[in-house]
Amino acid sequence: MIARPSEWTGRWVRRSGAATAVVASLLLLSVVLQLLNGRDTPTTPQTEQLYLRSAATLDRMALSFDSVVADVYWIRALQHFGRTRRSERTEKSYDLLYPLLDIATTLDPRFNVAYRFGAIFLTEPFPDGPGRPDQAVALLHKATFHMPERWEYLMDTGFVYYWSLHDYVEAARWFRRAGAIPGSPSWLQSLAATTLAIGGNRLDSRALWQQIHETATDEWLQNESLRRLMQLDALDDIDGLLMECERFSSISGSWPDDWSTLVEAAHLPATPLDPLGHAYLLHPSTRTVGVSPESPLLPLPTEPPRVATP
Amino acid sequence: MSAVKAIAVHVFRESVRDRVFYNLVLFAFFMISASYSVGLLSAGQEVKIIKDLGLGATSAFGLFIAVFLGIGLVSKEVERRSLYTILSKPVHRHEVVLGKYVGLVLTLAVNLAVMVVAVYGVLGYISVTESEEFKRGWEAPAVDPAMLTAFFLIFVQLMLVTVIALFFSTFSSSIVAAGLTFGLYIVGHFNAELRALQDVVDAPIAGFVATALSYVLPDLAAFDVSADVVHAQPVTVGYVLLTVAYAFVYIGALLVAAMAVFSRRDFT
Repeated sequence: MIARPSEWTGRWVRRSGAATAVVASLLLLSVVLQLLNGRDTPTTPQTEQLYLRSAATLDRMALSFDSVVADVYWIRALQHFGRTRRSERTEKSYDLLYPLLDIATTLDPRFNVAYRFGAIFLTEPFPDGPGRPDQAVALLHKATFHMPERWEYLMDTGFVYYWSLHDYVEAARWFRRAGAIPGSPSWLQSLAATTLAIGGNRLDSRALWQQIHETATDEWLQNESLRRLMQLDALDDIDGLLMECERFSSISGSWPDDWSTLVEAAHLPATPLDPLGHAYLLHPSTRTVGVSPESPLLPLPTEPPRVATP
Repeated sequence: MSAVKAIAVHVFRESVRDRVFYNLVLFAFFMISASYSVGLLSAGQEVKIIKDLGLGATSAFGLFIAVFLGIGLVSKEVERRSLYTILSKPVHRHEVVLGKYVGLVLTLAVNLAVMVVAVYGVLGYISVTESEEFKRGWEAPAVDPAMLTAFFLIFVQLMLVTVIALFFSTFSSSIVAAGLTFGLYIVGHFNAELRALQDVVDAPIAGFVATALSYVLPDLAAFDVSADVVHAQPVTVGYVLLTVAYAFVYIGALLVAAMAVFSRRDFT
C-alpha cells in the first residue's frame, strides 16, 4: 500500500534529525538572502531619533518600570555621547544628550551618575561635547531639588560656573552653599574664599578635579577625572619646558630645534614625556610646546583667565 | 477547608504540568545575559541596573503569570467544560474559587522565590568578582537584604492582580478578562493623576468622579518601592504594613465578589 503524500510528510517531519537540519538550513538561507539583499542597499548614515521627548509622559507610561526605563535612557545617553564624540563627521550634534539625561533623571530622580555625567560632559566644549554649561547647571539644579542633602551637586554647580562660565563670584557662592551642608568637607569653605580671591588658579582646578576623583562613585567618572588631572599635569610640564627653552635661548641666543639639543646641553635628562608616556612636541617656529596628536590627553583644556594675582 | 486545599494543590500541579515553570529558565537566561551586556554598556552602573532589571523582570514575569493563569482559573474551565466535573463533586462553589486562588498564589510564590534566588545569585557573583575599591562607590551592597522588601511587595501586588483576573474570569470570557485585568493594572498606576484632575479641569463633577475613582480603583503604584531600595532609601515597616493591609482588604473584597458572582452563575 502506497502512503499518501500527507502521511509521508508527517512521518518525515516526525524524524527530529531531519526536521532540525531543514530548519537550520532554511534559517541559514534566510541570513544569506538578507546579506545579499543588503549588499546593494546604499548605507545612509543613521540619524538618532528621540520620539518621546516628554520626561513626564514617559514617567507615566513606564508604570512600575520607571527605573528600568531610566537605565535604558542612561545607556542611550552614554552611547549618544560616545558615538558623537568619536564620529569623524564634521556636522556633529549632541542635541539629544540633555533630553536623554533629563528623561533618565526624571524616571529615576536619584540617578547620581547621570547628574554628574551631565555636569561634566554637557560643559565639554564643541566638538568634544555640546558646550552647554547652562544645561549642566539645569541638570544639577534638578539633582539638588531631589537630593538637597548631597553637597556634591552644589560643588559640581560651582565647578561649572568656575570652569566653563568663568563666573568666579557665582562659583564661590555655590562652593559656600556646598560647604554649609552638614557632613560636607571643610575645604569647600576655603575653596569658596580662594575662588573669590584668585579665580582661574590652576591649583584650584586641580583641587576640584581631585575632589571629583575622590568622590566619584563609579569607575568611569574616576577615570575621566584622572584624565583631567593628567591634563593639568601636562600643562604644568609644558610651562616648565617652555621655561627651559627660554633659559636655553637666553644662554645660546637661539630657540632649541629639538629636545635632543636641550638634553645635550643638560637642560633636560631625557626627551620629556606626558603623563601617558607620549613625547611632548617642540615647535621652534612658533616657540611653543604641545602634546602629541596620539596622546589621549588631547585636547588640553583652555584655562580660565585669572581674576587677580595673589 | 480540605476541599480548598485539594483544589489549590490541583491548580499548582496543573501549572507544573502546563510547563508554567519553564518561564524560570527564560528568566535565568535573561538575568545572566543582561548582567553580561550591562557590564559592557552601563559605565560602572552594573549593580544598580541589574537590581532594576531583576526587580522589573520579576514584576513583569509575575504579571503575565498572574494574568494568564488567573483568567484561566474559571473562564477557561468553563470554555473547556472541565468545570462541570469539579462542580459535580461535593464542593461548594466558593471553595472552588478560594482553592483556585490559593493554588495560583502558591504557584506565584514558588516562581518568585526562584526568581529572587536567581537575582541574588547574579548580584552575589558581581559582589565576589568586583574589587573593594569599586564596591565603595555602591549606594547599597550588591547582595542587599533590603531588596527582599521590594520583592515581597511585588508578590503582594501580584496577589492583588491575580484576584482581579480571577474576579473578571468569573463572569467573562478569557480574552475579555485578560483585557480588563491589564486595563486595570495600567489604570492602577494613575491614581495620583486621577486625583490631580480636579485641579486641571473646570468641571467640578468630573473632578469629583475622578477623585472618587482613584480611591475605588486599586492603587498599584503603592507597591513599587524598587527605586527606594536600589538607592538605599529606607522603606519603613509602617509603610509596608499599611500597604499589605490595603492589599489584603482589597483582595478580600474581590474574593468575596468573585465567590458571589460564581455562586450565582448559571452553567446550564
